[in-house]
This record gives sequence, structure tokens and C-alpha cells, in this order.
Amino acid sequence: MISTGFRTLVYKETLRFWKVATQTVAAPVLTSMLYLLVFGHVLDGRVEPSPGVSYTAFLIPGLVMMSVLQNAFANSSSSLIQSKITGNLVFVLLTPLSHWEIFSAYVLASVARGLAVGFGVFAITCWFADLSFVAPLWIVIFAFLGAAMLGTMGLIAGIWAEKFDQLAAFQNFLIMPATFLSGVFYSIHSLPPFWQTVSHLNPFFYMIDGFRYGFFGVSDVSPWISLSIVAGFLVILALASIRLLKSGYRLRH
Amino acid sequence: MTAIQITNVEKSYKSLKALGGVSLAIEEGEFFGLLGPNGAGKTTLISIIAGLIRPDAGTVKIHGHDVVKDFRNARRNLGVVPQELVFDPFFTVRETLRLQSGYFGLPNNDKWIDEVMENLDLTGKADTNMRALSGGMKRRVLVAQALVHKPPVIVLDEPTAGVDVELRQTLWKFISRLNREGGHTVVLTTHYLEEAQAMCQRVAMLKTGKVVALDTMSALIRRIAGSQLQVHLKNGSLPADLRHLVLHPEEQQAPNKFSLRVNEYSEVEKILARLREAGVEIDEMQLQQADLEDIFLQIMDKGTV
Repeated sequence: MISTGFRTLVYKETLRFWKVATQTVAAPVLTSMLYLLVFGHVLDGRVEPSPGVSYTAFLIPGLVMMSVLQNAFANSSSSLIQSKITGNLVFVLLTPLSHWEIFSAYVLASVARGLAVGFGVFAITCWFADLSFVAPLWIVIFAFLGAAMLGTMGLIAGIWAEKFDQLAAFQNFLIMPATFLSGVFYSIHSLPPFWQTVSHLNPFFYMIDGFRYGFFGVSDVSPWISLSIVAGFLVILALASIRLLKSGYRLRH
Repeated sequence: MTAIQITNVEKSYKSLKALGGVSLAIEEGEFFGLLGPNGAGKTTLISIIAGLIRPDAGTVKIHGHDVVKDFRNARRNLGVVPQELVFDPFFTVRETLRLQSGYFGLPNNDKWIDEVMENLDLTGKADTNMRALSGGMKRRVLVAQALVHKPPVIVLDEPTAGVDVELRQTLWKFISRLNREGGHTVVLTTHYLEEAQAMCQRVAMLKTGKVVALDTMSALIRRIAGSQLQVHLKNGSLPADLRHLVLHPEEQQAPNKFSLRVNEYSEVEKILARLREAGVEIDEMQLQQADLEDIFLQIMDKGTV
């Protein structure tokens, strides 16, 4: 049964980003739009990542997924670190909410923000290329799982970080490189063999690749393999974050 | 029924022992004071009761529910007003209270929320963002947040620190009513000892993480060496057989002004009779009762009274 406490925390976390939607939704949509305009304009016609797929069409799902991932991470991580530093996390810690409920609520709100931004990016960029939707269910599955995984990573980062610069380090040295090097802007087949192998070690690659499969029906690896890897990572990270919440690590001293 | 049962609670921060085996039982319906100087361990103890800090050893139970093993039921029975003035800047007062109520499983609680706001003079600020409130108003919201789920046990950690007289009066009127009429157990920490003396039926005094006094307010006041009879003699001198009663002879302000220790009221009569017998007239006289501050200072100085 879904408890009122859990629903309230999801509502609060969603309302929190929605109240500042200019910053949390509109701004990342604009950034993605700029990426599309710059890279699309420069590279369209010169690069054909997959046979019959223009660079702009290839780039759009990548940008959508990148926005989903980065914003899902930003939501849970920034909410937690702000609440920890300002001290208002106490209002959640004093309640009878279980570790599982706190985890699910933060992740679900992150998914909501990730999907809201992703949808916004898609709605603006889809006019720039002819996109196909070969397997829409894969689009939905990878968007949801990717957002949940990054929301979970954001939760872990938010619990671990005690200062804003620690969180920024997590974001700039881990999330950002992993996202950029996951095939958002290129097909990994265009990389030298060594970097192709390295890309396969990056879980973000499977999220982007599986998501793109839903549009074009072609991918670097089978979507089933991507699904298994993404789901596996999500389960591991979810268990780790629930364990952190249960132990009270850096929350209940 | 015991509202809060604290058994052998210990907590250390590296080499600092914040709590060294604290045991207390606070009964249902009590208005209980937790007193002590800064660093005595009051807030650590309250944070352990609230589940914000895990004890190294010992247990705390709220209405029989362990705050670690059965935290959900323990927290449903507990409302805590934290010492720090914290707030969520994204929401209005009403949103803040509705959210807090929702966390406790009470989604349609507007009637009680309105009543709490009314009693804390917050109604006019219901739709104001938390950022726009003054410190005193934010403190009122903190109190309201602790009460939204009508907890049978209310813990207030220095709720009146740095707030004006009006809020103090509003707050104590409301909390007293909850205690008196609703039977809520109230635990209070405060630096204003006159506040504790006026409100609390029983107090515990903490010093360096240990309980050094635990008694009813009246028994504590009785325990201290009684009251003081201050006499200003018009003529003559204090009879020699009364000199052993003189308090703080080193602080005597004038040769004919004395503070005499009085343990019972009947002793006043004996002192006056002895003075009359010695032909000494009294110019001025005042009976001063010991108060919580005297006890507090004695306990903190000597560890006991």
C-alpha cells in the first residue's frame, strides 16, 4: 500500500523543483537547444552516425537522455545537500517515514524532473529533424530506468556530501564525464577500438544506446543487454542507498 | 504509563563523552524540565529521543516504542521543536504545515492546522513564504510543525531562546493548555530558569552528560538550605547564638545587615523572639525564598545540594 507519508514526500520534492521551474526545467531545455543548434549546424551533412540517420536526428535522443540523466541527478542531490546544510532535513528525519519510503520518494521526484526536462527538450528539438519511433516502449523504459539510476546516484551523493563543493566534484568529475563520454554526441563505432572498449565500461553508454534504439531500431549493443546492465546497476545502487539511509550515515550522527 | 523511558544512554564524540549513562523516566502528562549549562548534553539527549542521533549504548522508549528498533511508532508519538531556527524556503506557512502533517499520514488535517495557527498567532501569515517571516514567526512555525500530528509527547529544545515576551506568553499559554487539558506530556529545555520554575512539575539537571539532580520542583526547592531572612537591625547587635545562621558573612554589606538561613517558617518566629529578648529592634525585614536559580547554581558548583 502506498502510504500518505510517502505520497507527501514525493509531492513536496516535486513541488520544490516545480516552484523554480525556470531554473530546474526551462534552463536545461535551453542548454540542450543550444547544443543542438551548434553541433547540429556544424556536423549535419558531414557525419552520418548510422546509415540513413542524419546527425541532427541522431543527436536529439542523445540530448534528451543526457538532460533526463543530469536533471534526475541534480534533483535528489541538490535537494538533499540544501536540506542538510540549511538544517531543514530534520523535518523529514523526525517523521515515521521508512528508509524505503524516503529512498523511493526522492528517486521518484528525480524521475519526474528528469522526464519533465527530457520531454521539454524533445518537444523543442523534435522539429529540427524527422524522427522515427521504431520501439517506443524501449524509449519509455530507458528514460525511466536511467532517471531512476541517476536519481539514486544523486541521493547517494547528497547523503555523502557535506559541502556544496563536494557535490560539485561528484557532478563535475563523475557524472558529467560519464554522460559526455557515453555516446550522446557520437556513435562509439566512430571511436578507436581502445576507446570503444572503455565506453563499454561506462553504464551511461547503455542508457543512451538503449534509449536511441527506441527511436531508430539500431544500436551499438542489443537493447536487452543494455536493459540488463542498467537494471543491474539500478538495483545495486538502490540497495546501497537504502543501506546508507538505514545506517543513518551522515544523516543521523 | 511512562511517556519517555531513558535507560543508561551513552554517547561520545571522539574523546568527548557527551552523555555518560543517563537514565530517566518521564511519566505521561508530566511537564518536565531538562536543565543544565551549555554542553551538559541536553540537546544530545533530545536528539537521541528524536532519533536524530544514535546512542552508543542504552535505550530510549516513547510510550513503550524503542526509538531505534520501533522508530515509526516512537516518532508518531513524538513532536520535537528543534533548537535551531530551520525552515524550508520553498514553501508558505500553510504548505509547510500541510506537508509535515502528510508525513505523519494525516492528509486532511486543515481543521487542526488552522487551530494550531490560530493559537500561535500565525493565521495572518498562513500564505506567507517562510523566507519572509521574522525570527519569532519562524519559531512559531517550528512549534506548529511539531504539533500538527497531535503527538502525546512534545519536546521543546529551548523554544524561547531569543524570542520576545509576546511569543513566550502565547507559546506557554498554548503548551500549558495542551498539557492541562489534552494530557500531553511536555519536556522542556530552557536557559530561563524562572520559566522552568513556573511551568515544570519535575526537573532533571544535567552536568557533563550526567543527571546530577532529579526531583519535583517543590522538593528541589525544599532541599536547598531553606529560605533567607534578611534583617536590618536598628540598634544593638546580633546575639551570638544566632550568628551560626548567618549566610555569606563575607558578603555582609553593612555591620547591622544580616542574611539568616531559615529552614522552616517556625524558625522565623524563634529568631524574632530571640531578637526581642536581646532588646534588639528591627528596622527592616524580608523573607526571601530559595528559587530554582539558587539550586541550579549550587548543583552546578558543587554537584549536589
